[in-house]
Amino acid sequence: MTTVLAATGVSFRYDQDIVLDDVSLSLDKGEFVALVGPNGSGKSTLLRIVLGLTEPATGSVELFGSSPRQLVDRWRVGYVPQHLRLAPDLPATVREVVAAGRLARRGWWRRPRADDRAAVDHAIESVALAEYGDRRATELSGGQLQRALIAKALACEPELLVLDEPIAGVDARAQRDFRDSLVHLVREHGAAVLLVSHELGAVADDLDRVIVLKRRVLFDGTPSALTETGVSLGIHADDLPLWLEELQ
Amino acid sequence: MTLPGMPWPLPWPFDRSYMQLALVAGLAVGASAPLIGTFLVQKRMSLMGDGIGHVAVAGIGAGLLFGTAPIWTALVVATIAALAIERLRANGTTSGDLALAMMFYGGIAAGVVMASRATGNTNLTPYLFGSIITTDATDALVVVGLGALVVACITFTHRALLAVVLDEASARVSGIPVGMLNAMLAALTAVTVVAAMRVVGVLLVAALMVLPVASSRVLARSFHATMIGAVLVGIASVVVGLTVARAWDLAPGGTIVLVTLAIFGLAAVRRGLRAGPDPVGSLLDGPH
Repeated sequence: MTTVLAATGVSFRYDQDIVLDDVSLSLDKGEFVALVGPNGSGKSTLLRIVLGLTEPATGSVELFGSSPRQLVDRWRVGYVPQHLRLAPDLPATVREVVAAGRLARRGWWRRPRADDRAAVDHAIESVALAEYGDRRATELSGGQLQRALIAKALACEPELLVLDEPIAGVDARAQRDFRDSLVHLVREHGAAVLLVSHELGAVADDLDRVIVLKRRVLFDGTPSALTETGVSLGIHADDLPLWLEELQ
Repeated sequence: MTLPGMPWPLPWPFDRSYMQLALVAGLAVGASAPLIGTFLVQKRMSLMGDGIGHVAVAGIGAGLLFGTAPIWTALVVATIAALAIERLRANGTTSGDLALAMMFYGGIAAGVVMASRATGNTNLTPYLFGSIITTDATDALVVVGLGALVVACITFTHRALLAVVLDEASARVSGIPVGMLNAMLAALTAVTVVAAMRVVGVLLVAALMVLPVASSRVLARSFHATMIGAVLVGIASVVVGLTVARAWDLAPGGTIVLVTLAIFGLAAVRRGLRAGPDPVGSLLDGPH
């Protein structure tokens, strides 16, 4: 299998607080992996390090064989940030928001061509928002906006999609739509997905691996292996803190 | 000094050479200022143009003191200040707010003091409130050149700037040079302030950046349409403002800004008719 992401011995601290301690993990092409852990477990920090937004104190990260900041083909990584709240008066349409995600593929200074517009339309369709393309993004519901942001990340046809807490505060129906979009991406495009969350929600049954993080990696294996340890892999958000505590 | 062929065969009120020079400079600023403003408004930096305008006064004062063209000294000082402001914003330091206040008021105070020590022309008023009617051909060409620079830069970068406005972290992950684009936007804001100082003055320039955008986004359905609409509102404000100012012998800079405000009022009323109560409140909403 082709390794798309490899973190080795990553540590990080804020002042005297150790946030990450010798964390190693990897992700192969076509894998659907969840990185879970309670609030404050270092998930978001690890994510920023993996994406090249923060430098680790020790250790190294490789994306497609390059360090994150030296990766030339940035389109290979799609990123859906946590809690992105658009300004309520932003006049941008859903299509314009999604098209912003295509810039990495085309080159940010170039005019879009027909294939760029087709990729944007396809990304919008893949998250079932085709009829909302010309609406203002601020008119979408929370779940619809989350899907639009996933479409934005998909527009550059990434080989690795990283999502930071994408289903926090999203209702059950929106979670199902979200799950369908991710499964579509993995199955149709063979992309790797790293889902960072403190809850698994509707995607628990579709995961290849679960990595449990609390400053260090507590568990890295299949969902079934996790349940064999006697820990229930909760479908609902409320179950997760229980099994995380049991794992200690 | 006029431009070749002046007076051009234009109808009243643009039948005289001085009005045609004013129109050329005004159109350049009317088109470029709202383009910059579209991004400043969305980045919650609507008053950045106002702040840079204050600092530019120091550059004007230095120009008057040392006998050089104030437009160039103002351009240097305003650009340095704009880049410093952007650095403070990007660092997000808590002392940034205070540092901005010191920069703004220090700039205008230094400008006044330096102008008072100048031996020749010490009059700051044309730069504070504009003197578009006295624009000569050299001024007009400089303003057109600066405006064209702004339009060209925004034309090439507006999609990437929108990506930055949406989310800086995602833009960085995508390989978009966020720091460079933010610095460019700050520098172009300074260029626009300096270009506009002969049209509406440094104290009113922010109005031409912000108000056309506020009007346009009421009616536009997309970011692209908002940009185009803001430019049209800016151009219309200059043409109508100059016309009204000539008809009633009013101060052109202030008249242009009042026309821009009137257009915003009309847009708010139109939105109110379509959307129900509190149209102005919803237009002026900050982030929730």
